[in-house]
Order: sequence, then C-alpha cells, then structure tokens
Amino acid sequence: MAKRFRWFTPLMVGALVMAACTTTPTGGDGKTVTVIGTWTDAEQAAFLAMVAPWETETGNTVKYQGTRSINDILAAGVPTGVLPDLAGLPGPGQMAEYAAAGALQPLDDVLDVATYTSETSPALVDLGKVDGKTYGVFIKAALKGLIYYNPTLHDYSASAPATWDELISQGEANQGDAEALWCVGIESGDASGWPATDWIENILLRQSGPDVYNDWWAGKVPWTDPAIKAAFDLYADVIDNTYGGGTNAVATAFQTGGDALFDNPPGCALFQQANFMSGQGKFATLTAGTDFNAFPFPALNPDYANAVEGAGDLFGMFHATDAAKSLMKYLVTAEAQDIWVKAGGALSANKNATSYPDDFSKNAGAAVANAEQFVFDASDLMPSAMNAAFWSHMVSLTSGSETVDEALAALQVVAEDAYAE
Amino acid sequence: MTDKLITAAIVVVGVPAVLIGYIWLTEQVIRILPEKQKPRVRPWLWMAPALAFLALFLVYPMFGTFLRSFQNHPGTEFVGLDNFFWFFGSADALSALKNNVLWLIFLTLFVVGFGLLVAVLVDKVRYESFAKSVIFVPLAISMVAAGVIWLYMYQYRPPGAVQTGTLNAAIDIFGLGPVPWLQVQTFSVNTFMLIIVMAWMWTGFAMVIISAALKGINPELMEAARVDGATEWQVFRGIVFPLLVPTLVVVSTTMIITALKAFDVVFTMTSGNLNTNVIANQMYAEMFKFGQYGRASAIAVVLLLAIIPIMFFNIGRFRAQEAVR
Repeated sequence: MAKRFRWFTPLMVGALVMAACTTTPTGGDGKTVTVIGTWTDAEQAAFLAMVAPWETETGNTVKYQGTRSINDILAAGVPTGVLPDLAGLPGPGQMAEYAAAGALQPLDDVLDVATYTSETSPALVDLGKVDGKTYGVFIKAALKGLIYYNPTLHDYSASAPATWDELISQGEANQGDAEALWCVGIESGDASGWPATDWIENILLRQSGPDVYNDWWAGKVPWTDPAIKAAFDLYADVIDNTYGGGTNAVATAFQTGGDALFDNPPGCALFQQANFMSGQGKFATLTAGTDFNAFPFPALNPDYANAVEGAGDLFGMFHATDAAKSLMKYLVTAEAQDIWVKAGGALSANKNATSYPDDFSKNAGAAVANAEQFVFDASDLMPSAMNAAFWSHMVSLTSGSETVDEALAALQVVAEDAYAE
Repeated sequence: MTDKLITAAIVVVGVPAVLIGYIWLTEQVIRILPEKQKPRVRPWLWMAPALAFLALFLVYPMFGTFLRSFQNHPGTEFVGLDNFFWFFGSADALSALKNNVLWLIFLTLFVVGFGLLVAVLVDKVRYESFAKSVIFVPLAISMVAAGVIWLYMYQYRPPGAVQTGTLNAAIDIFGLGPVPWLQVQTFSVNTFMLIIVMAWMWTGFAMVIISAALKGINPELMEAARVDGATEWQVFRGIVFPLLVPTLVVVSTTMIITALKAFDVVFTMTSGNLNTNVIANQMYAEMFKFGQYGRASAIAVVLLLAIIPIMFFNIGRFRAQEAVR
C-alpha cells in the first residue's frame, strides 16, 4: 500500500465497526413503537395502512421491520433482552416459552377484554392464553383446507360435495380432460412439506374429530395409532391420484401448486390449500368466483362435519410502554381489522371486520369467525423439532422414498424425544 | 439520527486515535526496556490487541461451546456425554455425518481433479486468461445464489410437460427422463447433485492456485525432459505432478474444511430433506429452530474435533516448506 494511503486503513476499520452496529431491533422511545413481523411487500403495505390512522390520532410512529427469520431474532432476543416493542410470534408454543421466561407482557390490562372476547372466535382467544392470562392476540387469521377448482371446467358451487365419497365420485365424473384428480405442491424452501401436513391435519380432524386431533399434536396420541395411520393412508391415496405423482408434488412449490388447474388441457381438477392461496401463483392474477373458486373440505365422519382448521399470526408485546399498549389495543379492534381485510388476502379473527373485497374472502372469514369446532394448525403447535420432522417425513413419504408405516415409525421415534421435556 | 451521527463521528475519529495511541504507548513501554529485550517484546505488544480479540471472540466461545456440549437443553445442568450419545445414536445425525463424508471425499476429488485438469490444459493455449476467468467467475457468486441457479438447472416437470429445467430439457432431446435430480436417493444421487454445485463454484479457486504453482516450475526442467525424448504425459507424470504435490495438498485440505462446513447449498436447495442433510445444517436446526443448545454445541465439538487433525497436518506442511527454504 502506498504511503499516502496509510491513513485509509483505520478509516476502513471504522467503517466496518459502524456497519456491524446498525439495525438491531430494540425497544423504541415513548413516541415510537418498534414492531417486527413476518409480513413483507403487499402484506407490509397493508399492515402500515392499518396502523396509519392510529399514528395520526396519537402522534406516535410505528417503526416496522418485516423479516422471514422472526424465529431466530426472538430466540436470540429473549435471553439477551434485545427485543422490539411488539412482534409477531412464531406460534403458541413459543409464546408460552417467552411468557414463562418473563419476556412477554400480559395483555389483560392492555386490551378491552370484554369487546375483544365478544368479537373474536373463542378458540383463537384461548390459543392466546398462558395459565389463564392473555399474552397473544391473533392479528390475522387463515382458513385451512379449502378445495380449489376451476369453474370454467366444472362449477361445484351449486352443489358442493358434502362428503369425501361425494367429492371423489363428483370429481372423477367431472374430471374431463384433466390428467389427474388432484394437484399437490409441497416445496417451500426451508419449510418444505408443510402443505402435506395440512392435508394430514384436515383429514384427521374430519375422520377422528377435534379431541383426537388436539391430543395428537399435544403428544398424547402416538403416531403409530390407527387414527393417525388412517389419515396418512388417505393422503397416500390422494398422492396416487396426483398430477405428475408424488415426485412432481415434491418438486412443485406450494405457490404454483395449483397452477395446473388452469393449464390447457388441465393437469388436475382439484387443489387443496388455505384461503391465502388466492394471492399466490396464477390465482393472484385471476378473479375469485369467476376464474377460480373453492368449497370447504368435505366431511369424512358426519359427527365432525362442522369442524374447521385454521391458523393465524399471533402478536405479542415485549415492552409495556404507553405507546405500545395503545397500539396493541388498537390493532385488535374491528376498526383496524377492517382496514387489514379490505386490502385482501387476510382474514380477521374479529367477527365485526367484514369489509372483505370479495365473497370468496368474506365466506372464508365468516367460516373462521363462526366455526363451531375450530382447531389450530397442529404442526405449528407441536414442539419445533417435531414440526420439522413432520414436514421432512411428509416430503419423504410424498416422494415415495418412505412408506406410510416407515414414516410413522420414524416420527414416533422423534416424538419420544421431542415431547420429553 | 443525530445520535447515529455522533456514534459515527466517535467511531471515525476514535478508532484511528485508539490505534495510533496504542502504538505510541507500546513504544513508550519498549523505550524503558534494555536494548537486548526490545526486539523480543515488540512483536508481542503489537500482536496483543489481535490476540485479545482472538481470545475474546474465538477461544472464549470455543470453551463455552465445549462446556455447553455437556449441558442439557436450556443449559441449566450438566448431563455428561448425553448429547454425544444422542448424536451417535440419532439416525438423522448419522445420515448427515455419512453425507459429510461423501462431501469430504468427492468435493475434494472433483475440485482438485478438475482444477488440476483445467490449469494444465489452459497453460497450453493462447486464450488462457479468458478461459481462467470463465472458470473462476462462479466463485464470486454467493452460495445461496448458486443454489438458486442450480435449482433451475435441476428443475423437474412431470413427463409430457415442457421441461424447463436445463438438465431435463437436455436429456429430453434424446427422449430420456425427466429425472427428479434432487429426489433420487439411490447411490445418494441427490447428495452428489449438491456436491456438483459446490464443485462448480470452487474449481476456479483450485485452478488459480494450481495454475500459479505451475508457472513457478522452471521451464528448463521440462525442456530438458522433452529434449531427452520424454512424451508430454511423461513430463507431466515425472516432473510437473511431483512439483505440484505441495500445492495440491494445500488445496485439498482447504477443500476438506470447506466440505465439512458445507451449509448454504444444502439449505437453499433441499433443506436437508430426502437424506441430503449435512451436520452444519443439523447444528443450525438444533440451535436456532429447536433451541437445543447442548446438542448444537455437541455437534460443533464433533465438527471441530474432525477438523483439528487436518489443521495440524496443514500447519505441519507449512513448517516443512518453510524449513526447505
């Protein structure tokens, strides 16, 4: 290095040190509320639109950061205390963990509890509680297990199949040129396999009911139980009737999983996914109701015909500043939730938020808010090691490298370890 | 905003000031010492800040990791060797370990083999620097980006549909396939597909180093052999290769360590599904997904213990080379 550039080195060191010190999500001051969530792009814009009226009213500001690695940030932040004021929580399991660690603040004095409980689906209210205290609220909900179809090939809306047998017979009768009955796409990067776990959950819930379902994710029903095996067997049947077989299901991203519905000739006639699929892949470019539509997952056992599986984004508070409390209180109100659902793609857990952009979302929202038997996405409630193994073995099973019995035996081995603590 | 500017000012002015201040201080200290001691003490004083950082950020965490590897999952009590028993008893961890062995052997073979081949061949052509640049470029790509690029190469579409993946489109011309490259577990084909991605990236690195060593060989040696009637192959076998061995060893050990640390490519391309996992990914999952600090630390310790002999071997080679000079 030339002599006259020697002064440059310490400068560079300084720049490096500075670069290392930027943007760690910490608590804001009295006027700013720091928020981290998983929403990016369009969802982030919808969230910011939702908090805008609150900002104007109170004069406070929201500093939002959208990230896909919320899990890692919170896992590192809870022991060190470097946490935002409000954050999306990965799931009820982690919420209980953070509450037990004393990081998460109870919300019973923050929310207008009477209004909140009267407006929100009881199952979702309960999922936000740890030892009777509310620590998390569902700021956004999702409805799982919708069966999508292309109404230009066959319109099921007049007489949607009520039972699985009807679904199969109607589906096969109206398959037309479609190469296979089903489309499945389970590739999702680090979370590959989750769409397949949704399949198992939707089947199990309607075959064996919410009690078995809830005992199963809680680790009280072994994976080798006949009830679980029956659900896996039915899923294996679906894969046998899938466009491109299990190999293609594993190779296809969930976002584009249903695109073959609209191919010419179509690859498949039916596709199972959650309500948020309407914003993914080809669905995002099409109009709900005319270009695509969906009917609810049909009953497998008449006793559980009204059971519904859903999921949602939990939200919790780490620093009980006045501004954070006020924002938290605002977020669950029907007024705020209305803005959220109007943007499309999101469902609200709040019954009084009804400004959905179309009937498709409106029906899905009503199904969540008024469900008689509502269960939460089981894989998200399992210990994280169990959840990861469930995803991973669904990939193996779908690709055909494991049989149902092999997958279940392997999952049981993981369960004995994962639920031990 | 203002507090950030103040921080920036402190850093820009402060860091050089501290560095210069420290050098000045050491000179003051050295001045008091007797003349004989001066050259012996100075390097240690100059190295002291680096050593302190090394101790703080490398040695201390390493001992912390050792300690954690004997603790239970939240790190509250000692559980002896339980975490290590878990590692060697878990089918998943052993499958990851097996894959790492495949990575270690075949990544090193591919990289050193192709690196050597390319270096020797381009040495004989006029457009050498252009050819070398082309081979070297992938090394500049981030591993995640490389993973995404190769996902397109390996893409699978059902038979009958238009094959959009490069590889399947290519074999489709001959009426073969499609093959779900990342799902075939027979002979660990999917793991090999991942190793190829990494080899594609690192061949340029091996090539550049081997090529530099090649230029260092005295051309008179080869000329003399040719005059004596040696064939090109004999020149390579008898002169070039033996002289390249020290370089090949250095490149190989670097690649072995790279193979043991393999993470990004697996993470982006298969997330370790379908028996393609490697131990670095297993460690990441235990640590950041499952909160199993004890087990993650145990994996780190196993990885470290596996690397140590290679490091010692490397240092030994360096010493031997220094001694020759």
